[in-house]
Amino acid sequence: MSGQTLYDKLWQSHLVEQREDGSALIYIDRQLIHEVTSPQAFEGLRLSGRAPWRVDANFAVPDHNVPTERVERSGGVAGILDPISRLQVQTLDDNCRDFEILEFQVNDVRQGIVHVVGPEQGVTLPGMTIVCGDSHTSTHGALGALAHGIGTSEVEHVMATQCLVQQKMKNMLVRVDGALPDGVTAKDVVLAIIGEIGTAGGTGYAIEFGGEVVRGLSMEGRMTICNMAIEAGARAGLIAVDETTIEYVKGKPYAPKAEHWDAAVAAWRQLHSDADAHFDRVVEMRGEDIKPQVTWGTSPEMVLPVDGVIPDPAAMGNAAQRESTERALHYMGLKPGMSITDIKLDTIFIGSCTNSRIEDLRAAAAVVKGRKVAATVKRALVVPGSGRVKEQAEAEGLDKIFTDAGLEWREPGCSMCLAMNSDKLGAGEHCASTSNRNFEGRQGFGGRTHLVSPAMAAAAAVAGHFVDVRNWQE
Amino acid sequence: MKSFTVLKGIAAPMDRANVDTDLIIPKQFLKSIKRSGFGPNLFDEMRYLDQGEPGQDCSGRPINKDFPLNQSRYQGACVLLARENFGCGSSREHAPWALDDYGFRCIIAPSFADIFYNNCFKNGILPIVLDEAVVDRLFQEMYATEGYELSIDLAKQVVQTPSGESIGFEVDAFRKHCLINGLDDIALTLESADAITAFEQKWRKQSPWLFDVIGNAS
Repeated sequence: MSGQTLYDKLWQSHLVEQREDGSALIYIDRQLIHEVTSPQAFEGLRLSGRAPWRVDANFAVPDHNVPTERVERSGGVAGILDPISRLQVQTLDDNCRDFEILEFQVNDVRQGIVHVVGPEQGVTLPGMTIVCGDSHTSTHGALGALAHGIGTSEVEHVMATQCLVQQKMKNMLVRVDGALPDGVTAKDVVLAIIGEIGTAGGTGYAIEFGGEVVRGLSMEGRMTICNMAIEAGARAGLIAVDETTIEYVKGKPYAPKAEHWDAAVAAWRQLHSDADAHFDRVVEMRGEDIKPQVTWGTSPEMVLPVDGVIPDPAAMGNAAQRESTERALHYMGLKPGMSITDIKLDTIFIGSCTNSRIEDLRAAAAVVKGRKVAATVKRALVVPGSGRVKEQAEAEGLDKIFTDAGLEWREPGCSMCLAMNSDKLGAGEHCASTSNRNFEGRQGFGGRTHLVSPAMAAAAAVAGHFVDVRNWQE
Repeated sequence: MKSFTVLKGIAAPMDRANVDTDLIIPKQFLKSIKRSGFGPNLFDEMRYLDQGEPGQDCSGRPINKDFPLNQSRYQGACVLLARENFGCGSSREHAPWALDDYGFRCIIAPSFADIFYNNCFKNGILPIVLDEAVVDRLFQEMYATEGYELSIDLAKQVVQTPSGESIGFEVDAFRKHCLINGLDDIALTLESADAITAFEQKWRKQSPWLFDVIGNAS
């Protein structure tokens, strides 16, 4: 019998009941809650007269709707100008009060994007099963946890039963060996992976990321990679626990207490795939081959190295591919044969649960330091992932570097990643964005998103168009 | 939950691959704290020529006449024919809520994104996976025949075309059982409450740090 994968181990350790029909009950250690996908779940509990199974397994923070401008933010929930957004954030506060769930409210210094706050606070830990009504819950897999997004009905189900009904996924290993060239980051790695396997390549799988490149990444970089597993179709991304993981968790506010620490670490050290584990699919890539990536279309798989040119649909043999390329180019206002570096930018967005951690902000600040945002760029936003990230960045003087260069320094939240607050792209605007989705309308009606790393976004802000950050001198 | 047993009705096309949940229901409508009322904003950015806002009366908005759901031949459709990777992107259950509110009870595609697929079953919607070539043929037949209707029988796991052709499909046993009987799966899971409690006690002993109370102390 072959050994177990990391996913197999996490599944097995949380299996409450295996049923004959193939479904299983899986125990959930932590549920993260935000304001958008939870109100109907709380309402469901009330209507059915059910109480939460284990209240302190839940943790809430508002992030999608919160304003990021200081003036609007300073008024707390009551100060949110959009009445519909205000009601949604207020509803989360009310529900958490009524059900006695720990919530970091909008002006708590620990507030931020739920997928930044969870690991940063030790609310999410290695070896946990973690769910949230949000597809980017895959982020937490970077800690060696089984974490994935669920719908609102399942949010209610987990509240009421502490379990999920699941079918076991298949195992995929994406191994990136070798070393990354200077200027190439975790974001480029995950975009290159999505370019390789496609947006549906991981459907039905839990993807474990491994290899020398992944082992060499910081926790921030690992979270960036697992965050976008869902963009490759996989609900869950995973990375084995190692010293980097344990060092990261140590000292976090909700990390295991002293009397449990050694036992926890001993358990976490088992959280890796066995050498003889079986994977249903293995994808191998070399770090040396990866260049800075830029998406040119309306799906994350429509991605090219920065020295690439826009593809020509006329040259495509497959009719469906031709049609979707034509549609994407029309929406994006781009022509076949155009160089990626000729795409001009109107807006720059540095933030989101993909790239708003301290390392991301440092990378962007290093590029813009002593430079200015191009006159043709209308707006450049830097939105830290949490109040703690913001504090840290300010202590390092990064905020000053950004504002001196002409970028706006904002309050934490999801912001322009999905434009549920007032941070939106205008129709036709091109945006270099460190977020995760370039879908039509995602960042604003008619907006045109190009997904890139923080360093690439920062360089584009200064140049006014995409540049290869590896050899870029202004 | 609504049960799903048999369905017969007009099929309408969503003829593009990788339809994401932002296309199915744009984010501004996710600000609602209700489960219902999303139907008028289903496929909002393709269906209307202007930008939709929550709470707006959609009856006076300029419509995109080329969009199938705006054409008379597809009015009253309850089956949606779609292409591969339908429902990719976010986990928003507002996507199946919007499809259901509009009147769709069944979606047929060569493949679905995982979270969306699962969310459909929680809302009485049956997502059916058929071979790509078969879906393509259904598209051609539908385009060629105004009033093209499909019949779906979940118990028999069969889709029937107007010509009488029967196409079998797979669905896992547990989901089928819940859908046919319109079961509340929370109530079903709570039948295993003793097993959950037993697991929890064992797990707490083994991994006590996972049960540390997270409070506001920090």
